[in-house]
Amino acid sequence: MSLHVVADRDICQGHQMCQGEAPDVFAFDEEADVVVVLDESPDESLRSQVVAAVTYCPAMALAIEEDRS
Amino acid sequence: MTVTDRTLGVADIPEVSVAVPDEDGHGHLAELRTDPVALLERVYAECGAIGRFRIADKEVIMVTGAEANEQFFKAPESTLDQAAAYPFMTPIFGHGVVFDASPEERQQALKNQALRGDQMRGHATTIENEINRMVADWGDEGEVDLLDFFAELTIYNTAACLVGLPFREEIDARFAAAYHGLERGTDALAYVDPYMEGVESFEIRDRSRETLVALVQDIIDRRRVRGTVPKDQRDLLDVLISLDMSADYITGVFISMLFAGHHTSSGTSAWSLIELMRHPDVMAEVVTELDDLYADGPDGRVEISFQALRSIPQLESVIKETLRLHPPLIILMRQVVEEIELAGHLIPPGTIVASSPRVSNRLAEDFPEPQSFDPTRYRDGRQEDLQNRWTWIPFGAGKHRCVGNAFAMMQIKAIFSVLLRDFEFELVQPSETYRDDYSKMVIQLQRPCRARYVRRQQ
Repeated sequence: MSLHVVADRDICQGHQMCQGEAPDVFAFDEEADVVVVLDESPDESLRSQVVAAVTYCPAMALAIEEDRS
Repeated sequence: MTVTDRTLGVADIPEVSVAVPDEDGHGHLAELRTDPVALLERVYAECGAIGRFRIADKEVIMVTGAEANEQFFKAPESTLDQAAAYPFMTPIFGHGVVFDASPEERQQALKNQALRGDQMRGHATTIENEINRMVADWGDEGEVDLLDFFAELTIYNTAACLVGLPFREEIDARFAAAYHGLERGTDALAYVDPYMEGVESFEIRDRSRETLVALVQDIIDRRRVRGTVPKDQRDLLDVLISLDMSADYITGVFISMLFAGHHTSSGTSAWSLIELMRHPDVMAEVVTELDDLYADGPDGRVEISFQALRSIPQLESVIKETLRLHPPLIILMRQVVEEIELAGHLIPPGTIVASSPRVSNRLAEDFPEPQSFDPTRYRDGRQEDLQNRWTWIPFGAGKHRCVGNAFAMMQIKAIFSVLLRDFEFELVQPSETYRDDYSKMVIQLQRPCRARYVRRQQ
């Protein structure tokens, strides 16, 4: 079971909070003004960072899907 | 009528029953102005995922449930107009003041201005100072009117953080009182005519706005006499003065900037405290959480900085559960500009479409025991807010989701970090007498709404 991160770029408002929480997983597309997922399947060691990013996203644009494969 | 496979129209959407006799010919307006919660709950109970009611000459189509809400919140920007759905706001903002920015403008504003993530730490410090000032003359024990207290505090917080610290120092309780008068002018009678003669709430609204303009004019005059100050001491008001805007227009800009963040944060703060007082076991958990969080530090007291504010799980859960049960906006509306499809029905231009946070937040299929105050809903493994993105909607959802929600959560966490560190609170009225006044579109606590405080022994 591993982490899988999904970002809904249609809903992202560009708060850029996720980069503060998990800088190795999220970046920002300045052109489009929305989040970029750098690592869609981050290492388990980053779980707490990713959970914080998902929880505190002001746009509720992020989600974690558990990958069971 | 025979059922066909064509998409259905407005006429096929069930209309909710009439509970308050329609004596003025304005349909469900009378009920909307007296008991809107009963109306909205009945729309869902009688009509299901999509139902309708009528306010004056507007058909309102209300959707409920994850599927229809998602369609509503994801409808293309070009098809819906927010300003036209809220005619009661126009006289409050004044002529020429934009009601709401497009998502692109909102994003731009976010990049440049006060709501940006990296500004939050400064705002948290500002808010800590404001709350300390508000309780400075409280003494060791006493009683407080929750409506007055939180309305005044949140005016100072939003003015200081969104307009600037210099402006905050130039306003006082008179500004807060006049602002409150504006909010009381959000009478749904505006759906008939927002300038109707002889309506008390509209007269209070217009007098309050004149008072605000006069107060802002005074501040502008004093700044003109004072002359220019170094760049690092300027705030938004200096910028607007330099653009040669009138006091009336500047006041309108400030009113619109403060509006979305004021009554919402004020009401949520008050209701959070009421729910904590109603549930002493939850209060005890939150106080312990805060005591632990702020116990350490080099000088014995930890700064209420953004970092410390970020994760306060028990308090956050209390605020979220308060927002679920007492959403500051009970109905979110848009006017259709281009035909859209909702729940299998084609909705023509001119119709108002709506979704109700009050109804959606209490759907039994998404929130078990929906009427009970249960902060454990937000614990790991349940996370009923994240699990129900289209029905846990105190901040709305989608592109238009409240752009200030992170600021709001931070503000309320800062407020309670100070209040619960220094004071204990208890109800002074029977629990069920704390309730909202729903007679205006901006919901406020109904008086009396008092609480008793006692300074904690350090």
